[in-house]
Amino acid sequence: MSEDIRIKKGLSIKLKGKAEEVISAAPRSRIFAIQPKDFHGITPKLTVKVGAEVSVGTVLFYSKSNEQIKFTSPVSGTVSEIKRGAKRRILKVVIEAKAEDDFVDFGKEDPKGLSKEQVLTKILDSGCWPFVNQRPYDVIANPADEPKAIFISSFDTAPLASNYGFSIKEQEAAFQAGVNALSKLTQGNVHLSVNNTPTFFDKTENAVLQNVTGKHPAGNVGVQISKIAPINQGEKVWTVNPQDVVIIGNLFLTGEFRPYRTIALAGSEVTAPQYYQVTLGQEVASLLEGKINEDNTRIISGNVLTGATIASKDEFLGFYSNEISVIPEGNVYRMFGWIPFVGSGKIHSASRTSFSWLSSNKEYTLNTNMNGEERAMVVTGEMEKVFPMDIFPMQLLKAVMANDIEKMENLGIYEVAPEDFALIDYASSSKVEAQKIIREGLDLMINEVG
Amino acid sequence: MGFIRNTFDKYKPLFDKGGKLEKFAPGFNAFDTLVFVPNHTTHEGAHIRDGVDLKRVMVTVIFAMIPALLFGMWNVGYQHFSQLGEAGTFLDYLLYGSFKFIPMIAVSYGVGLGIEFAFGIFRGHEINEGYLVSGMLIPLIMPIDLPLWMLGVSVAFAVLIGKEAFGGTGMNILNPALVARAFAYFSYAPSMSGDKVWVADASTVDAISGETILGSLASGNSELSYSVLDMFLGFIPGSVGETSVLMILIGAAFLYFTGVASWRIMLSSLIGGAVMALLFNLVGVAYPDNALLNFPWWQHLMVGGFAFAIVFMATDPVSGAQTNKGKWVYGFLIGFLGIMIRIINPAYPEGIMMSILLLNVFAPTIDHYVIEGNIKKRKKRLKTA
Repeated sequence: MSEDIRIKKGLSIKLKGKAEEVISAAPRSRIFAIQPKDFHGITPKLTVKVGAEVSVGTVLFYSKSNEQIKFTSPVSGTVSEIKRGAKRRILKVVIEAKAEDDFVDFGKEDPKGLSKEQVLTKILDSGCWPFVNQRPYDVIANPADEPKAIFISSFDTAPLASNYGFSIKEQEAAFQAGVNALSKLTQGNVHLSVNNTPTFFDKTENAVLQNVTGKHPAGNVGVQISKIAPINQGEKVWTVNPQDVVIIGNLFLTGEFRPYRTIALAGSEVTAPQYYQVTLGQEVASLLEGKINEDNTRIISGNVLTGATIASKDEFLGFYSNEISVIPEGNVYRMFGWIPFVGSGKIHSASRTSFSWLSSNKEYTLNTNMNGEERAMVVTGEMEKVFPMDIFPMQLLKAVMANDIEKMENLGIYEVAPEDFALIDYASSSKVEAQKIIREGLDLMINEVG
Repeated sequence: MGFIRNTFDKYKPLFDKGGKLEKFAPGFNAFDTLVFVPNHTTHEGAHIRDGVDLKRVMVTVIFAMIPALLFGMWNVGYQHFSQLGEAGTFLDYLLYGSFKFIPMIAVSYGVGLGIEFAFGIFRGHEINEGYLVSGMLIPLIMPIDLPLWMLGVSVAFAVLIGKEAFGGTGMNILNPALVARAFAYFSYAPSMSGDKVWVADASTVDAISGETILGSLASGNSELSYSVLDMFLGFIPGSVGETSVLMILIGAAFLYFTGVASWRIMLSSLIGGAVMALLFNLVGVAYPDNALLNFPWWQHLMVGGFAFAIVFMATDPVSGAQTNKGKWVYGFLIGFLGIMIRIINPAYPEGIMMSILLLNVFAPTIDHYVIEGNIKKRKKRLKTA
């Protein structure tokens, strides 16, 4: 293990409703769906029609811009609906599940004995490729690229996040197989960041381990990249979430696409927060039924900083989500709530205008209130406090808002992803939508620079 | 709470889109959000948000000014009566001071917020809270006898030209409060400077000298009638906010504690001022007649508007340097140049305000070099990779 990396800036927000370390199997839902909105920048080209019989691993659609990138079914059954939105955009491919799954056989092979091309083909064909994410731009990687390195963060420091050291500890062999497979895809290293706490990750072979400690966003892979091997213009770095490494590993161990995850169901509005074994794309209702307080609450696929709202229980689990957070909606007025120190017990603040910093171990019940209105960026220095990269966040945001491509490049747009700005969303007194701005900036770069 | 909320909700439809008074929505919303933090929820980005918003930040700064403000009002009465040789009670002083000072606050907020509301409604944007602080700062740095109409005109100039012309809160280059003061100083010099303006009624009542410490030093008089403790506690003539270093320090401690103002700027300004005053003290050995040069360096930091300016004006995040490194340079130069102007140009014995305005202009340049350093590092990394 190389030297420790200590992240000093940042903010760990402690919320009520942390998942207890117990795993139950979620009931199998009746319908499943794969939603193209989960795959930023991908235009789907369908290969199935309504009524088609599919198995786990059958291709549902591929990327219009790169036919190699396929998206496969997480379940066996019948395609029951292709839901379209405005301009006939595909919103969901819905599959009605059979009682038992049958799997497409992609062949059981030890990745150690395979060539890069063989590994690549298997991952692409099985529909595991979308798990490989690329920086810059925070999009699905292009299999034709040669990445400088592949990064895996074995821990998540976001509020209420899953503890991978616990949730996939039974999958040690699959994780190792996944790392072995990924190591074939790069000339550089597979970097695995671990936290101080001992887990099975410490024993991983074929990867360079780095100990990273500190407040959130220490667990964000982007922060780790910026400390270990910052991305330069023209370089590509790939990242994979540890749960997805397990899915890739299982592909090689069993020859099957096994789209299973252990996710945390957490948050103050969950009756008994714990872990559940789920299948990608399953209907949320089957998981949440009777387990949450539904009165004026928000269900989030992902964590409270970067996740996506699940509008209703008829929605489906996101392709990448490792947790579901349920917190109260904040559609309430608070009289004179802007007076400093008012409501310190309930209002959390990274600034010290609330006494919340005195009780840093207290778990808060935070709601979705904006706690103010959007204003011009006035206060300086507050973004820097929660942004541990060697980048000027406010200046970069302003460059994006001005669509100044050269400045964005100079200020480090290639190194960031929206999730790195999540804490700025949170902490900024101007209530600026930093993640949205960065996403727009990245999209502009994709279009203009490519 | 229910009743007030219901009242707002009752009239809200009038100001909503399509309502009769839609145009005036920014004005209505300003009042509504003043009483209630709105029920807006997050729609994109992070689902939870920090308790801090611009209102809270601005109000925190106002809280920090209150000790200096209250003491200043008392001191207005104290200076007036003690110079007349009359004794008064604590309450007499405070009442006299409030009688003089509260109209100034009213004019400052009335004119300033009036213009802000008009711009908000005219341009259809929400009213920013920035003026809440500027509006309190302006009367605190003006002479107590300044005619109210001059104050009003200065405020109007500061808000219109100093702020709205650049696009409003967050966009201005110069600190609006200092723009008001500079405008008043150059337009109404007799009411703004000299030794007859800093104590109430000094210009009309002969018994009141009203000369400030810097004023008498500048005129070559090194025999001061005030002790160091007077300077620290604030029993000296001056503008309302600036006299008591103790009260300003309480405010500074509050700003530091809440993290709202940059401690980097406060500390580096102090260092800059100390270094410059110390240098002049050393030069002063050769010129024993120059009272300002020989005024002990640490006392320089306690008199005039120095302390008030570096705590409340230099730390304005909009007009100051924005990068952390830049803040060090920015603050240091403010202190350094402030004392230099004070000593070298005795015609204008309070240099710190001028020095902040000057550095406001240079703050983007300072930041530019700091950011350029970051860019160079990134390009170098690319070359070696």
